[in-house]
Amino acid sequence: MKAPAARKAGYRLIDHTADLGMVVFAPTEKALYETAGAALFDILAEGIPPGPGPAETLHIRGEDPAERMVNWLRELLYLWAGKGLLVRDIRVTRITEDRLSAAVRVHPYDPKRHGIKTEIKAVTYHRLRVGPTSKGWEAFIIFDV
Amino acid sequence: MEIKVERIDRYRWRIPATGKMRVPGIVYADDSVLSRKEQNEPLQQVANVAALPGILKASLAMPDIHWGYGFPIGGVAAFDWEEGIISPGGVGYDINCGVRLAVTGLSRNDVASKLEALVNALYQTVPSGVGSTGNIRLDRKEEKKVLRRGSRWAVSRGYGEDADLAHTEEGGCLENADPDLLSPRALERGLKQLGTLGSGNHFLEVGTVETIFEPAVARAFGLFEGQVTLILHSGSRGLGYQVCDDFLGRMTRLSKSLPFDLPDRQLACAGIQTETGRAYFNAMACAANYAWANRQVLFHLCREVFQRVLDISPRDLAMHLVYDVSHNIAKKETHVIDGKPRPVCVHRKGATRSFPPGHPELCEAYRLVGQPILIPGDMGRASYVLVGTQKAMEETFGSTCHGAGRVLSRKAAMKKSKGRSIQRELEDRGILVRWTGRGTLAEEMPEAYKDVSKVVDVVHGAGISKKVARLRPLAVVKG
Repeated sequence: MKAPAARKAGYRLIDHTADLGMVVFAPTEKALYETAGAALFDILAEGIPPGPGPAETLHIRGEDPAERMVNWLRELLYLWAGKGLLVRDIRVTRITEDRLSAAVRVHPYDPKRHGIKTEIKAVTYHRLRVGPTSKGWEAFIIFDV
Repeated sequence: MEIKVERIDRYRWRIPATGKMRVPGIVYADDSVLSRKEQNEPLQQVANVAALPGILKASLAMPDIHWGYGFPIGGVAAFDWEEGIISPGGVGYDINCGVRLAVTGLSRNDVASKLEALVNALYQTVPSGVGSTGNIRLDRKEEKKVLRRGSRWAVSRGYGEDADLAHTEEGGCLENADPDLLSPRALERGLKQLGTLGSGNHFLEVGTVETIFEPAVARAFGLFEGQVTLILHSGSRGLGYQVCDDFLGRMTRLSKSLPFDLPDRQLACAGIQTETGRAYFNAMACAANYAWANRQVLFHLCREVFQRVLDISPRDLAMHLVYDVSHNIAKKETHVIDGKPRPVCVHRKGATRSFPPGHPELCEAYRLVGQPILIPGDMGRASYVLVGTQKAMEETFGSTCHGAGRVLSRKAAMKKSKGRSIQRELEDRGILVRWTGRGTLAEEMPEAYKDVSKVVDVVHGAGISKKVARLRPLAVVKG
């Protein structure tokens, strides 16, 4: 598979027999987590309203980019599946050797205003790949759906 | 890397132990299963499992093998109780996802005119779909009782009868459950989802017994031709996922200190006798109990709907549970290794227990004939009732297949269904269907799955379970 150009941030979906994968690309590691987080909610739901929701600060553990990515997406997925919150305006504020910090806005899911597009049940390590490329940063992630 | 397989006999294939494999892999399959090129990845997973410490005899795969996280779906592996490992990837995210089959005293003709009303009422009464919540609101204290007692909790609260417990694997309760090991997140997710079907491939199905292959066993299971049946397929909902995720995270962090290399991070594991290994085993039991309580509540709700819609007394409905089987679980069981009985930790991931006649774990009603095994197919074709065998004890740690397995991705199924009405197609085949999720029906259409009859033919031919009856769907509710 040819690597997508990573000068601009974005993602594309990969079809997989039982599940769903995505390739995320971004110019920097910080932007990679931001793009992956936004992509997750783009896949999950539609109709997220504009305007600021309550702010939350998230702190994620992870000793390498792959572990940080999985734990980051797991945290966001928990906000959705466990708390019924949609997340937007994701800003990764800090990455250290073993930690990622981010500021996000959350909106309670409202079935009258939002639609569920796809159910994602878990973020997996299967064929997980996260790292720098010649054009920026790229990640390959498979979700259990 | 291409995995080499050698044929052992008509239904068995060996992956020789090479490299880091401690035991060979053995796959139950016919030619059609192994000839597909996409099978290399699950075969690699069989080989990966064979490299884990303490694995006994062989890393096994059933004919519904397909790619899974860490272990393949359809994977069975037993580990030495002292020296072996336990792995959340060997159980799966949906801990104790399973199936229960109930029969009624009614024939197809008795319900034909009310089938539509029945499926509508089941759809309205049984909460289904993504993130659905039920009518049972637990507080933390009551939730812990559910996690400790499983189906017993449900029956004690009026959701069913004592007889249901005897007809559930493990009596619907793993005794080693310790709710204090669950994270606040897992507990939070369990509060509102008891008594809900869920989404994806979970379903409830009103069906009928189409063919009986083993009349004596069918009689012992209470089956007769033309009989109206109910199948429920559900699991431990968000709570089970959270338990799996929590322990995968914990074991991944610890994996750097393991004395061997993990071939796949999704195979994160811990020694059964380590603190983390024991914690997972006892936390997993909580999720398993939650799933059994969930299916027990769902069954009770369905039984009430049948009585109400058909306007019939419990006695005339005569609905009773044939059996409830788990197909995602790790258990401490005794198996004969090198001629001696030994405690082992059997992982069944997308595989069903298949205990033979005479096994002490079976309830009185089935001790003489063997354990009922329920193999659901897709919503358009058939499901099977099988019975456990001695050969399964000898070859597969008392295990057999669990279902059909997907053959099309969800996206491919959506594409294939474009311009078609799956609902109409099923109705033309005499099957009513109700569903919740927007893409569910297309994603779950019959062509998206392998033909379950081919899977069942392999386990029957190999002798690790025997065909008892084939059921066909009349009405299906999907999440």
